[in-house]
Amino acid sequence: MTVDDVASTKHRGRKLHPAPIRVMHWINALAMFVMIGSGWKIYDDDVIFGWLHIPEALTIGRWAQHGLQWHFFGMWMLVINGLAYVVYGLASGRFRRMLVPVHWSELLAEFKDALRLRLSHDDLTRYNAVQKLLYIGVICVGLLTVISGLAIWKPVQFSELFALFGSFQNARLVHFLCMTAIVLFVLVHVALALLVPRTLLAMITGGPGVARKPHDPVRYDARL
Amino acid sequence: MGIRSPAPSLLRPKRPLSQDILMENRRLVERIDRRNVLRGALSLGALAFLTGCDVTENDRAQTVLRAVSSWNDRVQAWLFRPNHLAPTFTEVEVVKPPRFNAYYGIEQVKPVDPASWRLEVAGRIENKRPWTLQEIYALPEQELIIRHICVAGWDYIGQWSGVNLRLFLERIGADLSAKYIAFRCADDYFESIDMPSALHPQTILATKYAREPITDPFGFPLRLRTSTKLGFKNPKWIVSMEVTNDFPDTFYRKQGYNWFSGI
Repeated sequence: MTVDDVASTKHRGRKLHPAPIRVMHWINALAMFVMIGSGWKIYDDDVIFGWLHIPEALTIGRWAQHGLQWHFFGMWMLVINGLAYVVYGLASGRFRRMLVPVHWSELLAEFKDALRLRLSHDDLTRYNAVQKLLYIGVICVGLLTVISGLAIWKPVQFSELFALFGSFQNARLVHFLCMTAIVLFVLVHVALALLVPRTLLAMITGGPGVARKPHDPVRYDARL
Repeated sequence: MGIRSPAPSLLRPKRPLSQDILMENRRLVERIDRRNVLRGALSLGALAFLTGCDVTENDRAQTVLRAVSSWNDRVQAWLFRPNHLAPTFTEVEVVKPPRFNAYYGIEQVKPVDPASWRLEVAGRIENKRPWTLQEIYALPEQELIIRHICVAGWDYIGQWSGVNLRLFLERIGADLSAKYIAFRCADDYFESIDMPSALHPQTILATKYAREPITDPFGFPLRLRTSTKLGFKNPKWIVSMEVTNDFPDTFYRKQGYNWFSGI
């Protein structure tokens, strides 16, 4: 691969977030909104923690049955969108390009920077190690949410999956904790996107074109 | 057309808004108003009349959500494994008494009189003779120690016994290729299940809990217990059963819950 190849990539106008990624991102945002709001309605019907009732105003659906209707509607949004995302991420090489490798030394340095609010976002096309870890983490939590959700929905038909959790209430608890982790992720994700508005804009317009920089050995090597 | 004098507020302008433009176009505004009110009243009324529903329930969303729920019925029927057994438990784990569930409180339960009680059987069956409790008790008994899961989210282990539903359907000469079994209950509850779930080896017409006759709040004298469906799909105080190909609507489906509700 030469510098000329790099330039040609730019000429073809490939953007940081290609159109399919942007569409799937916002469909996912909507599906998340539906799943979490309706999930809170379902939770309120029989709370796990006596001290925690989700305020009515934050829930989706009039009564519990409507919460369930919305939850299973959102489930199909997630299934279709999620499958498309995984197929696209693997086929296009986006997962490999954007998320791996994570270097531990890089991670530690950047985590300290992040705590001092000194993370650099000069180059949007490159995720830092903290970002990579957060995105990989939330994808794993998302998977566990789906697995625990399936176990709650079909503890008998999917009894093999259900056995991972031991009891019905354990499966509910795992599903609830996964939701909590995702909500925390969304809070951080949205806060950071608002702090660096270019990142938010990039998820709408596509962001800068991706050109491979010759001085970036990691990315350069990956293409050899 | 004047504006009521509002309470003073920092958020309101000190001087009232100019009414000039409104006055100039007064007739136009009134005409638009009248037409919209008429149209609004007509469609709102028509909608409420046709659907018999409360319009504030957002009928358009309900149409879509219920269509998805029906689609989920088909997906669940497809996922159903007819011979896959639910996990069973030991007597030590059984919760006594069982947990109450109904669309009303436990204090409102009306006990069924065993002497006059009959189980009516109808629809696509050969022998439509009603069954007395003694005749039901005389049938072979199957015991299940299984998990009961409520749609709300709680669960417990229960120990139920009674005649296997498949065996009972064969006794009354039922058409096992029919689609549904419909149940009617002494408390006016009505429920229905699909035939494959009815024929599952762990579906029984229960008469006993923890080896004693089921007590009044939990469905005396006869209730359904299936290991493959949520709690509300297990009707209590059953008084009639029908084998049918016409979809029998159910108490909770009408309120928006999923019909199949398999677990």
